[in-house]
Amino acid sequence: MENKTREVWVFIEQRNGKPADVSLELLSKGRKLADTLNGVLKSVVLGHNVKNIAEETSKYGADSVLLIDHPELEKYRPLPYSRMMNKLVNEHKPRIVLFGATVIGRGLAPRVASNTVSGLTADCTDLQISDVTYLKKEYQELLLQIRPAFGGNIIATIITPDNPVQMATVREGVMELHELDAPNPVKIEEIPYIPDTTDDLVKIIEQYREESKVNLKGSPIIVAGGYGLGSKDNFKLIHDLAETIGGEVAGSRAAVDAGFVSPDRQIGQTGVTVRPKLIFSIGISGAIQHRAGMQDSNKIIAINPDPEAPIFEIAHYGIVGNAEDVIPNFIELFKHKLK
Amino acid sequence: MFNSIVMVKQVPDTANITGKVMKDDGTVNRSMLPAIFNHEDKEALELALQVKERYGGTVSVITMGPPRASEMLKECLYMGADKAYLISDRKFAGSDTLATSYVLSEAIKHIGEFDFVFAGRQAIDGDTAQVGPQTAEKLKLSQVTYAEDIQQIENNSVRIKRKIDGGHEIVEAKLPLLITVVKGANEPRPFNAKFLMIYKNAKTLLDLEKIANENSLLVLEDLVNEYKEKNLYITTLTTEDLPSIDLTRIGLHGSPTKVHKVESVVLSGGEAVNIPPTKEGISELIDTLLNDHILG
Repeated sequence: MENKTREVWVFIEQRNGKPADVSLELLSKGRKLADTLNGVLKSVVLGHNVKNIAEETSKYGADSVLLIDHPELEKYRPLPYSRMMNKLVNEHKPRIVLFGATVIGRGLAPRVASNTVSGLTADCTDLQISDVTYLKKEYQELLLQIRPAFGGNIIATIITPDNPVQMATVREGVMELHELDAPNPVKIEEIPYIPDTTDDLVKIIEQYREESKVNLKGSPIIVAGGYGLGSKDNFKLIHDLAETIGGEVAGSRAAVDAGFVSPDRQIGQTGVTVRPKLIFSIGISGAIQHRAGMQDSNKIIAINPDPEAPIFEIAHYGIVGNAEDVIPNFIELFKHKLK
Repeated sequence: MFNSIVMVKQVPDTANITGKVMKDDGTVNRSMLPAIFNHEDKEALELALQVKERYGGTVSVITMGPPRASEMLKECLYMGADKAYLISDRKFAGSDTLATSYVLSEAIKHIGEFDFVFAGRQAIDGDTAQVGPQTAEKLKLSQVTYAEDIQQIENNSVRIKRKIDGGHEIVEAKLPLLITVVKGANEPRPFNAKFLMIYKNAKTLLDLEKIANENSLLVLEDLVNEYKEKNLYITTLTTEDLPSIDLTRIGLHGSPTKVHKVESVVLSGGEAVNIPPTKEGISELIDTLLNDHILG
């Protein structure tokens, strides 16, 4: 089922009149993919009074916008959104559709993939265009959907060779944002909203925001601890070091699962992706899914008693030792030097 | 009275993967990993059981997987599920999330009337969170994902608290409905001793086939009927039991996504400066970081 269109679409998620960061990051990535395909990048904007968002997407590379603006779409609800997206995708058969791997994107993208019989890969950490030979057949310009798999212990490249539409979700912070210096004027195609009796099956009664005080993405120094710390009590060492050097506390997935640290501080493929000036990785073995969320950090200091731990292979400085010994020494010496 | 179907999955315990589980070619040796009940699915079952306790009705559990997944179905029965279905056929092997949701939706249609379909938000072996919404779309159901609590059910409307990015939301949804349940929503109940005593003898079709094969005096059909009568039969559905299923839409062939390549990553580094874990070593490291203006 060859797809002749050269359209790359990005679903633009918006809340309260503001586009989600991840959607803009995906536009930057989508621009590159569209260029490789000699194609066009379209943003898909659903909402109410969101023409400004539609216009803004050109700053991140969109050539044109598919806009559905209607009061019924003011807040995301699964059925009106998926119904309209299904219709757009079925009618236009874009080659690629990208969604943020947010609560909204993870509810919407699978429905659209299911309805349009498209391939969908979750939480990709990289997307590329390449010719592929699969089962002795040649495929041109497929989307390589690259993601850690199996609990993050291997890297898998997923393809959608025989279905026309290739879809992927990507987490916030994974793709880099590029604002264009001189964006082209954007072409907006307004599409009418068609109401349906199913729209009100889910009604929003109340929303409350609990803005997280944690800002891992914006923190220049991060101290991350893993399961290797052994206990929540021992994890206090991570807090002590972070406090001493002015960093944010983070954890690996295993540390979060073990209850050492809260889920909003999880770094990795299924957590936050960070690029700080300095990151300490303490008691973290360094599974791929974790490294995917921090390997672009400017300086990595790994502390682990196991000299074979994979984290040392990406670290700039490695200390083979126990956190209980190394951290108190580090804190004491650091305080002394700052005097 | 509400009837619930809970989609559950047995998963390899990926949290405990160590070097020994990795093969030399970078793939995972599944047989080295213990198979566990995906925890978010267990929380989904707990929520369904709470609905049953508060409002009456039934809870059925359904899983697509290899025969050994019946161990997990028995756990569901020990917790209080009324009926268990194992959807198992070699033809399902290699199914991606789309093909899986197709099989599950066909099986659910086969099972029949329901008010709720529950599932965990995602399974720990893939973390995709796709099968729930994909199944909902195929069943033409509305959905509430990331649910934490069912607050009340009134006039065919369910009030649900769910997680959203940066907060929470209360929604009111009409039945029938598919709900996915997020980690931490509840504490799944322990096994009930009475149910354990009863259902430890529950058998799947494959179990009974084995028994029949080992004893020429036993006839499979009679065995199945006997176990059905005792309510100890774990209904096993194959492609033959789902005659409406389109075989081109299942298994590897029916899956749009294919694994092109699997690799263990070649790491860029190997250049880490080795700092001895001594006071002198750490002191030097701090000096370097201060001099480079990375710290301080």
